[in-house]
Amino acid sequence: MTDHPPLPHTRADNLGLLARASASRIQALLPDLPDHQVLRAPEIGTVMVRGRAGGTGAPFNLGEMTVTRASVQLPCGTVGHGYVQGRSRPHALRAAAIDALLQTDAAARIEAGVIAPLRAEETARRHARAGRAAATRVEFFTLVRGEDA
Amino acid sequence: MYVAVKGGERAIGAAHYWLAEVRRGPADQPAIHTDAIRDQLSLAVDRVMAEGSLYDPDLAALAIKQARGDLIEAIFLIRAYRTTLPRFGGSAPVDTGAMDIARRISATFKDAPGGQVLGPTYDYTHRLLDFRLMADGEVPVEGTGAEAAPSPAASDVLHILSFLNRDGLIQSENPTDADPGDLTREPLELPADRALRLQALARGDEGFLLGLAYSTQRGYARNHAFVGELRIGTVPVAMDIPELGFAIDIGEIEVTECDTVNQFTGSRTEPAQFTRGYGLSFGQTERKALSMALVDRALRWEELGEDDAGAPAQDAEFVLYHCDNIQATGFLEHIKLPHYVDFQAELELVRRLRADAAGTGADNNREAAE
Repeated sequence: MTDHPPLPHTRADNLGLLARASASRIQALLPDLPDHQVLRAPEIGTVMVRGRAGGTGAPFNLGEMTVTRASVQLPCGTVGHGYVQGRSRPHALRAAAIDALLQTDAAARIEAGVIAPLRAEETARRHARAGRAAATRVEFFTLVRGEDA
Repeated sequence: MYVAVKGGERAIGAAHYWLAEVRRGPADQPAIHTDAIRDQLSLAVDRVMAEGSLYDPDLAALAIKQARGDLIEAIFLIRAYRTTLPRFGGSAPVDTGAMDIARRISATFKDAPGGQVLGPTYDYTHRLLDFRLMADGEVPVEGTGAEAAPSPAASDVLHILSFLNRDGLIQSENPTDADPGDLTREPLELPADRALRLQALARGDEGFLLGLAYSTQRGYARNHAFVGELRIGTVPVAMDIPELGFAIDIGEIEVTECDTVNQFTGSRTEPAQFTRGYGLSFGQTERKALSMALVDRALRWEELGEDDAGAPAQDAEFVLYHCDNIQATGFLEHIKLPHYVDFQAELELVRRLRADAAGTGADNNREAAE
């Protein structure tokens, strides 16, 4: 990965990070949910994933993926939403609770205790994979055939 | 016409009981955990996700276990499950140009900018059975793991065909934001535009598409495909969330993408230009993506002003109405079910025809004798 200047992480970045992380890892980092009221009980559904013809052309429907969503409200009134990949209801609920907490004065604690470790682990996973891929980088040579030489 | 039958509950119950036992195998063997299927039979999982048209590796692994490894049966289970779920919406088109690459090869450009990355491939293996896998189940991993230098950042890895495109040597794809038709919502009707064709091919049977793609290579609507680029990696999937008012990543999926460079078109007025075919499918499914690209290209004959050679791969009706293995197997396998009333009617008819013929024959003989 190239070194970009660190960008401030937006709410969308954090929600994306929570969607991609594993449910068990988030649960390990935040075992206890804060007090909350469930506005939308965790619901399993699908999203139709689209691609583009030729990679850059007109959109087409590639196929669906499973997604689970939930919404919660903290006692202070703050609302959080979670949309996560897969079919884990606790994952969606936890993502929604974390989204809500990140909008309150608990944000710094959650950022340090949950978001930062998840982000570091994701970056490490990507680097490891990129390293594995780089080890299979290949140079092909075209051989000159005898009769052409 | 199918007429319902009744009865057989006890026999069906016993058959299903036996099936469950056979599926489990000998009780003294450990049962295969779905995690092991997901992680150790991952190419089977990828095929079930691609043709089941539902990205969920855990569900695909479960379906494979339940189907005793019959992948079409597993795909059937996935398709059936999918219909029970509500759909939250459609994603933004995935940006395969920003893919985290595990594999990226080009058969047309030796020195592709960004480099060629083999990834975990069976290419260049000797296709010799490795009996060590049978003996103790493990093969020591030799040689090298990660190298210090990571791959170039995703943004550096442009599509290889974009380099041809820059010089106008290849037909360009026009980016639009038209809402694509969806054959899971509206029955597929012809003529089908390219978006619908690509959807049908993406969920189509790998074997069927492989055979059709091969037929184009052997000369049935030959279009001289080169693999401009084949890449495998992960892409984020983003969707607009109405309650948030902005788009977020809802996950990350592995996909295989194939761009082919095909024979050129050109005329007195338009300079010669390569054409292209496209394949995209869930998971690490490169035979599928490659087949899809060749068939996509063959189906484009009309818009590219080519002749209809009468080849199967050019016939949209033939390809699109027969590539879905669940439709195909549903209709094919239903003829195993009792058709007693149907068949009785046919039997009656044949008997009557034979009786009539025998009667006429007897009459003729009598006339001749008289």
